[in-house]
Amino acid sequence: MAVTLAQAINQALHDAMTEDERVLVFGEDVGKLGGVFRVTDKLQETFSEARCFDTPLAESGIIGTAIGLAMYGYRPVPEMQFDGFTYPAFEQIVSHLAKMPNRSRGTVKLPVTIRIPYGGGIGAVEHHSESPEAYWAHTQGLKVFTPGTPDDAYSMMRAAIAMDDPVIFLEPKRRYWMKSETELPVQTEAPHRAVVRREGTDVSVFCYGPMVRTAMEAAEAAADEGWSLEVVDLRSLNPLDTPTIVASVQRTGRAVVVHEAAQTLGMGAEIAARIQERAFYSLEAPVLRATGYDTPYPPAKLEEFWLPDVDRILDLVERTLAY
Amino acid sequence: MADAAIDPRELLPPDEPVHLLDPDGTYHEDPEHPIDLDDAGLRELYRLMLVTRKVDREAINLQRQGQLGVYASCMGQEAAQVGSAYALGEEDWIFPSYRELGAALVRQCDAAGLLHLYRGTWLSDHDPYKHHFALMSIPIGTQALHATGFAMGARLDGNPIVTMTYYGDGGTSEGDPHEAMTFAGVMKSPVIFFVQNNQYAISVPLDKQTAAPTLAHKAVGYGLPGRRCDGNDVLATYAVTRKAVERARSGEGPTFIEALTYRMEAHTTSDDPSRYRTQTELDEAAKTDPIVRMRNFLQQRDLYDAELEQAVEDQAKEVASYVRAGIYDAPHGDPMELFEHVYVDPTGHFEGQREQLRAELDAAQEG
Repeated sequence: MAVTLAQAINQALHDAMTEDERVLVFGEDVGKLGGVFRVTDKLQETFSEARCFDTPLAESGIIGTAIGLAMYGYRPVPEMQFDGFTYPAFEQIVSHLAKMPNRSRGTVKLPVTIRIPYGGGIGAVEHHSESPEAYWAHTQGLKVFTPGTPDDAYSMMRAAIAMDDPVIFLEPKRRYWMKSETELPVQTEAPHRAVVRREGTDVSVFCYGPMVRTAMEAAEAAADEGWSLEVVDLRSLNPLDTPTIVASVQRTGRAVVVHEAAQTLGMGAEIAARIQERAFYSLEAPVLRATGYDTPYPPAKLEEFWLPDVDRILDLVERTLAY
Repeated sequence: MADAAIDPRELLPPDEPVHLLDPDGTYHEDPEHPIDLDDAGLRELYRLMLVTRKVDREAINLQRQGQLGVYASCMGQEAAQVGSAYALGEEDWIFPSYRELGAALVRQCDAAGLLHLYRGTWLSDHDPYKHHFALMSIPIGTQALHATGFAMGARLDGNPIVTMTYYGDGGTSEGDPHEAMTFAGVMKSPVIFFVQNNQYAISVPLDKQTAAPTLAHKAVGYGLPGRRCDGNDVLATYAVTRKAVERARSGEGPTFIEALTYRMEAHTTSDDPSRYRTQTELDEAAKTDPIVRMRNFLQQRDLYDAELEQAVEDQAKEVASYVRAGIYDAPHGDPMELFEHVYVDPTGHFEGQREQLRAELDAAQEG
């Protein structure tokens, strides 16, 4: 059966709410409307307004009350309607959600899964196409997951909700309509593991979320050039599955990291650092990064020039092969 | 649609704050705010305030001796904290800021354990679930949302508990308490927003903090009743909070309470209040000391004698010396605990950093 990534998340929320009545879904427009991307479609109808409810338009309020609800014993799954609207909740996320379990020496557990549609490529207006993953990945105490396929979207969402740790769940909004032939429920690899999506011998391409598909397309195109790319879908940005990253580079000797977010201090910087720390003698070339530019996210008509695409990835693959 | 039954005039704070005790202890009965406490309960309020002051004083001394990194005193605010916290039931929860020593002692939190935050040994050392007293919050006003969420959960669960959160006049300027009041109003959450207006946010006086007629007026915009009380009058803080508790427990929703008090000490031990307030002001404030006032009241009722004073003094001293010992004797913490409790399920985090620290500790031991 063809399932879109959005439907897979909807089904995951539905199944989690069925299995555990402590699971609550709330946020702006998640009830009657079913979310602006319809990811929460029919949950209110099925589970009542008590368990899937619309909140006032206040992001800090959504996350701050989620913390209180989790302290009480619920498993909240709040939605931040868009990436760029998460910033008002920044303090609640970094100062409380991430730290309270540690500050309390483990007596307080906060099993909160924050859903954030993120990234560009849908022609949205300003503040609707941000890639803030580095903020969350830099904040210790959070786990940061981002699926790149419908199967993972289902399985990783179920795992995130079942976890006692707070999770930032980044949903690649340009892939909401991406389909896979799958039967739900499906269980994929544990969410903290990176997965080799395509094996190759020349260059490792590290990607996640919306760029998984782009990297796979680049690998297809590269094959026409006679280059064998290994595509590694990181899936979890914190923790990072360093052994899988290192093993891949040890096989190929070359690495290109791909992400939409701006380059400076992005995930690519961390991955490059880990590779040179642990696989220095395997490297045939410097680790390169195919990323967004170090500018604010551009207007929609220019985003195709800003976002990394197959060509930008292949250019870097060629550069790394030239060493 | 909003509930048409709510008359906005009923949300407005009364012209005068509720005041039941004069500084000389004279009691004014107020049928709207009855005191449902027996003699033992009245003495208990006095005892809790005095113990709070002694522990507070001990903490300041410990800071001056270098045993605490910093300390935020609650001197002068004992009535606001003790009276309000005492009005809650045992199952009700408190979500404090960092200045709520008095409320914590009502909740029988371990006073030495609370000071670890200031000692720097642990970030927090009390179990919130044991005392129904959440972790102290340093970011201003942010805990108001946790109290609101917790109350939302209780209501959803059909559990008749109430939550109360404390913050100060400065906290009313922050965004989170406003979002909390919005949520609580809409959801009819059983939460009480208890604001101790102690006149200063570090050095900034109330008139530079807000242009509102009173802080309690702010509640009206969220559909909450705004209430005011004399925060140095422990019977008033008790009675006003009691009413809010009953309101919340009966499903009528949240209440905002402004307790007018005065911070007699510095904001924290790092502060220099002589730069922003005068000795005259302090002398004037000392006349409204909540502990003296309650003692006067007990005397007038023949509930106070030398024996009681001695018993309470002895107990206060005992707690203070327990706190001192608890701070002196506290281990400095196991460095390896750095990596504990960051995640419930650590799945490969820390990438060798734990081993690095272990190696550094071993090397240090070998000298």
